[in-house]
Parts: sequence; structure tokens; C-alpha cells
Amino acid sequence: MWIKGSFTDIIMSFLVDSVIMFTSQVLFFGFGWLFFMRQLFKDYEIRQYVVQVVFSITFAFSCTMFELIIFEILGAMSSTSRYFHWKLNLYVILLVLIFVVPFYIGYFVVSNILQRQKLLFACMVWFTFMYFFWKLGDPFPILSPKHGILSIEQLISRVGVIGVTLMALLSGFGAVNCPYTYMSYFLRNVTDSDILALERRLLQTMDMIVSKKKRIAMTRRQMYQRGEDQNKQTGFWGMIKSVTSTPPGSENLSLIQQEVDALEELSRQLFLETVDLQSTKERIEYSKTFKGKYFNFLGYFFSIYCVWKIFMATINIVFDRVGKTDPVTRGIEITVNWLGIQFDVKFWSQHISFILVGIIIVTSIRGLLITLTKFFYAISSSKSSNVIVLVLAQIMGMYFVSSVLLMRMSMPLEYRSIVTEVLGELQFNFYHRWFDVIFLVSALSSILFLYLAHKQAPEKQMSL
Amino acid sequence: MGSNSWLASRSVKVEKQQGQRKEARVKVLVLGDSGVGKSSLVHLLCQNQVLGNPSWTVGCSVDVRVQDYKEGTPEEKTYYIELWDVGGSVGCASSIKSTRAVFYNSVNGIMLVHDLTNKKSSQNLYRWSLEALNKDSSPTGVIVSNGSDYDREQFAENPVPLLLIGTKFDQIPENKRNEVLTRTAFLSEDFNAEEINLDCTNPRYLAAGTSNAVKLSRFFDKVIEKRYFTRDPSQMTGFTDRKRFNFKSLHYD
Repeated sequence: MWIKGSFTDIIMSFLVDSVIMFTSQVLFFGFGWLFFMRQLFKDYEIRQYVVQVVFSITFAFSCTMFELIIFEILGAMSSTSRYFHWKLNLYVILLVLIFVVPFYIGYFVVSNILQRQKLLFACMVWFTFMYFFWKLGDPFPILSPKHGILSIEQLISRVGVIGVTLMALLSGFGAVNCPYTYMSYFLRNVTDSDILALERRLLQTMDMIVSKKKRIAMTRRQMYQRGEDQNKQTGFWGMIKSVTSTPPGSENLSLIQQEVDALEELSRQLFLETVDLQSTKERIEYSKTFKGKYFNFLGYFFSIYCVWKIFMATINIVFDRVGKTDPVTRGIEITVNWLGIQFDVKFWSQHISFILVGIIIVTSIRGLLITLTKFFYAISSSKSSNVIVLVLAQIMGMYFVSSVLLMRMSMPLEYRSIVTEVLGELQFNFYHRWFDVIFLVSALSSILFLYLAHKQAPEKQMSL
Repeated sequence: MGSNSWLASRSVKVEKQQGQRKEARVKVLVLGDSGVGKSSLVHLLCQNQVLGNPSWTVGCSVDVRVQDYKEGTPEEKTYYIELWDVGGSVGCASSIKSTRAVFYNSVNGIMLVHDLTNKKSSQNLYRWSLEALNKDSSPTGVIVSNGSDYDREQFAENPVPLLLIGTKFDQIPENKRNEVLTRTAFLSEDFNAEEINLDCTNPRYLAAGTSNAVKLSRFFDKVIEKRYFTRDPSQMTGFTDRKRFNFKSLHYD
């Protein structure tokens, strides 16, 4: 009797867990749908609902992965159903990231260029993608030779490499850019008269362009009228004349046209410089407000954090160090051993890891969505919006999968097991080393880039 | 009322000065979301040719159209109309918006361009027109309240002539045409403006004698008339004069 009872218990708990998972997935799907509609596509018309569905599915399954990690730490749901859902989620997300999204990207790119045989070309594009995706695994020591060709580790390892590279690039740039934008120390001094002078120059350039174009239009009209008269009068001889000698107006015209082209280029530059000055002026005004001062203060903290991270990354690479313990356990050890405060290690480590991991997850999702939105606004147009949003969905999916890979390091040993179990025997240390390298490269190049941009701007102003 | 005549006399004085220095100009703004086809349209109107390689407009690009005012009558005269094609989108950063505002000075006409295959571009036209017409360019520094909500009465009495242009007409399938044309009819009613629907890559939509060409000439003639033959002070700015006597404005001069 009790065997049967426990069997139905297992089935029941499994069903309950599945219902919970399914509900949360539907919620995440809805959130992704709304985000797509309200934020990303607020200036465009959604004509291909497939794109919205694919984006929301990618978002939903990525968030579910994070949710499962939280459940792992909290110990919610039975471990068998957790393991099952992990596997299921992983398969679905890999399917989406490797088959569905690249195929649709290829399809939409092809449909922008060609009108027929779209499916055929889309399949060809997908095969090219798969070829390069496979080749990606060769230079990296990410697999041990005992894995088969079609194992899940092959796919995850490659997705992990791409995602970790992206994470490190964004992280490096963000770590440098954040204090640079928050701190008002770096703001150049811009006065209203600077802006007015630049605007006046811009309008003068536009006026010059207008007067030259008027001359061109007038000359063309005169030539057209003269040309008509000439043809009417001389006919045959007029044709011979026009072959041997060019009318005097047209040489002038090409000269004026060149001047116009140069002036148009100048007007574009002046416009961009004026926009730059206006945004600096707005930032100066913002920095005088309460919020601005708060962010300025934060900026100093973030700059210290950034310097420390760069330092740690260098140390890790130079000394080939791999962190053995996670920050939570180490922090607790320090407090217990050095400060002599005794508390229940197990209880606190669980709760602190939960909070820490939760913060990491929320800030990385939020940060990524904001970055993606900014990027999308900057580069999309009505023709390419579908392709760009799918590319962003691909980046988002890969980013979240590799977040899970790297998050393993921030969790105490007993919670790492699920990640290790599900993802198989990947060389996790390699990913951390790779992250450090790319982070260092990205941070240092961002510093160089920002330094050059900062230096160049006041020189431009002085030359006005 | 006294300030009104002072404003009138000042604008006439400025006009005279401008007339002495250089020939007065006719300026028409071409506004719309990015990607609707403003650059192709302007090229078609000014060069009578289809634009071969449209690229993204940075800032503002100007072109000049030679317009025969009152063509075919004894009063026929040639004018040069400047078409200012202002690039960008309506929801962009405020630094770009304040820089763009420099181009909205002393405007004599506005062409609102939208993409017939994209409803959002038509909806954004309300925001575009408000952005261009609410620009404060009055010499006395009257600050108009930030009217970001659309008010139909303003457009009914608007001194600046508007023209509504829908592009990519050829990309609409036959069965959807009626629906689209009804929608644009509502739009043109709201703006109190005439509408033209065309395809910027096909010059036959503006061929001489078509109703589109007639509407276009009528619009340009109206712009020229307002510019040269009526001396009302409200021609220099958009809604400023009307809003001065409105409860919503924050300051009076």
C-alpha cells in the first residue's frame, strides 16, 4: 500500500512542479511579449508576428533557467523534477538558439534582398552558419575527447564560448563607461555661447548650400531653354556642335556641385558636433541636480570597483589562478575566523547566496535589456528591424546561457552540482580564464578609446 | 493689443531689412519618420529624377525646386522654393531635438510625409507637426507652454500651409487600398491639409496634368502667396500668436 502511495505522491509532486514551471514560463513569455511591443517596436508596425513570438520564447526560456537556479538554492521543488526541467529547458533553448533563430535571421535577410526562392536561400544561409559554428570549437580546449559528435556538450560549449565573449566585452566596456558617464569630472565645459556660435555656423553653411543650389538650378534651366532653342534652330548642326564642344555652363556646374558636396559634408559634421555639445550641456545641468550629484558619488565607487576588477583579472591571468571558493563562503569564513562572530553557516550561506545570485541575475537581465534597446534604437530602420531584433534575441539567449555557466563560480559547492550535472563535463575553468582575458582586453581598449575621444573633442572646439 | 501691432511693425521692419540685404526666401520643411522616403521625394520634386542610392540623412539636407507661380497666366513668375529635409525620428534624444529646432525657423510651409505601409509613421506625424510648429522663434521671447497633446483647433486656424504625402503607394496590395485611403482621408481632415499618395521611385505619379501634380502646384502657390502677398505677423512663427491669448501659456510678454 505505502509503495503505491509514494508512487502517486511522486507523480503528484511532479505534476505540481510542472504546473508551477509552466505558469512561470507563461508569465515570462508575456513579459517578453510586452517588452517587445512597448519598448523595442514602439516606433514600428509589427507585421511579422513570428519575430515577436521567437523573441518572447527565447526570453521566457532564458528566464526559466535563472528561476531554476534560484529554486536550486532555495530547495524548492523536488530534486528529480528540478533535474528534469533543467534538461528540458536546456534542450529547448539550444534548439531555439541553434536552429530556429539563425534560420529566421537568414530568412529575413534573404527576403530583404530577393523576392523568390526565399526558403532555399535561407536554408543555405543556415548551413553556412552551422559550418562556422562547428568550426568555432576547434581552436578552444573546451572538450575532452571522450564526448561523441552529437552530444549536448558540443553545442553548449560553443554557445558558451560565444556568450562568454559577449559578456566579457559588454562587462569590460560597461565597467569603464559607467564611471566615465556618471562622474562630472569628465564633463567638458560648454557654454550657451559655444552652442549658439556653432548653430550660427551651421545655418550659414545651409544658406551657402541653398544659394549654390539655386545657381545650379537657374543655370540648368537656362541651359535647358537654350538647348531647346538651339535644337529648334539648327537641328543637325546643333547635334554635331554638342558632340564636339561642351556648353560653357556645364563645366561651371560640376565645379559648383563639388563645392556643394563639400559644404554638405561640413553641414553634417557641424550638426553632429552641435548635438554633442547639446547633450554635454544637458548632462552638466543634470549633474547639478540632486540625482546628478548622487550618480556622481556612485561614479567614484564604480571607478574604484572597475580598477579592482581589472587588477584581479590581470592577477588571474598572470598567476594562472583559479578561484576555488565562491565569495559567499569566503566572506562567511572571514567573518567567522577573523571577526569571531559565530553564526549558523549553512543557514546564512543559503540565504546570502540566494540574495547575491538574485541580484546578479536581475541586474544582468535589466542591464542587457537596456543595452539591447539602446542598440536597437540606434541602428534599426523600418527595413531591417526584424533582422536586428532577431540578432538581439540570439545575443540575449547566448548571454543568458553563459551567465549560468559563469554563475557557477559565485555559488557554494552544494549548489553547483546541478549545473555541473546538467551541463556535463565542460572545462569550466577555461571559460573563466577566457572571460578574464576578454574582459581585460575590452576594458583596456575602452579606456584607450574614451581617452582619445575625450582628447579630440576640445581640440575640435578650439578650431572653430 | 498694443503689443500685437508692435510685433507687426517689428516684423515688417525686419522684412524690409532682409529685403534690402538679400532676396527673401521661401522655405518648406519636409518632415517624417526615418525611412519613409523624404530624401527620395525631395530628389524627385527638385531634380525630376528618381534617387538612385538613398542613404540615411544626417542632420538636414536642402534642395531647391524651381516653381512657376501661376503657371500659364500672364502673372507667371519663377520662384525658388527651398525644401529642407530634416532627418531623424520623433522619439530620439532631446539633444538631437534641440539641435533640429534650429532648422524650424521662419518656415513658410510644411510637407508631412508618411509611409502608407506603416501605420506608426502616420501616427507620428501629429508629434512631428507639433514639434515644428511649437518652436518658439518669436523675437519677444514669449514662451509657449509645452503643448504635447494634439489640438485640432490649432490646425484649423494654422497660418502655415500643410501638405500630407503618403509614400510607397505601390507596395499596398489592391484589396487593402480602400482601407488605407480612408485612413489617410481622416488624417488630412485632422491636419486641414490636402493629401497626395505616390511612389517616390516612379515619376508618373507627379506627371503634368495628374491630380497629384495639380495639388502640388496649388500647395506651392499657396506657400508663395502667404510668403509674399500677405504681411501678417503670425507668419513668422507657428502657434505663438494664438497661444498668447490661451489659458495654457505660461508667460505673456
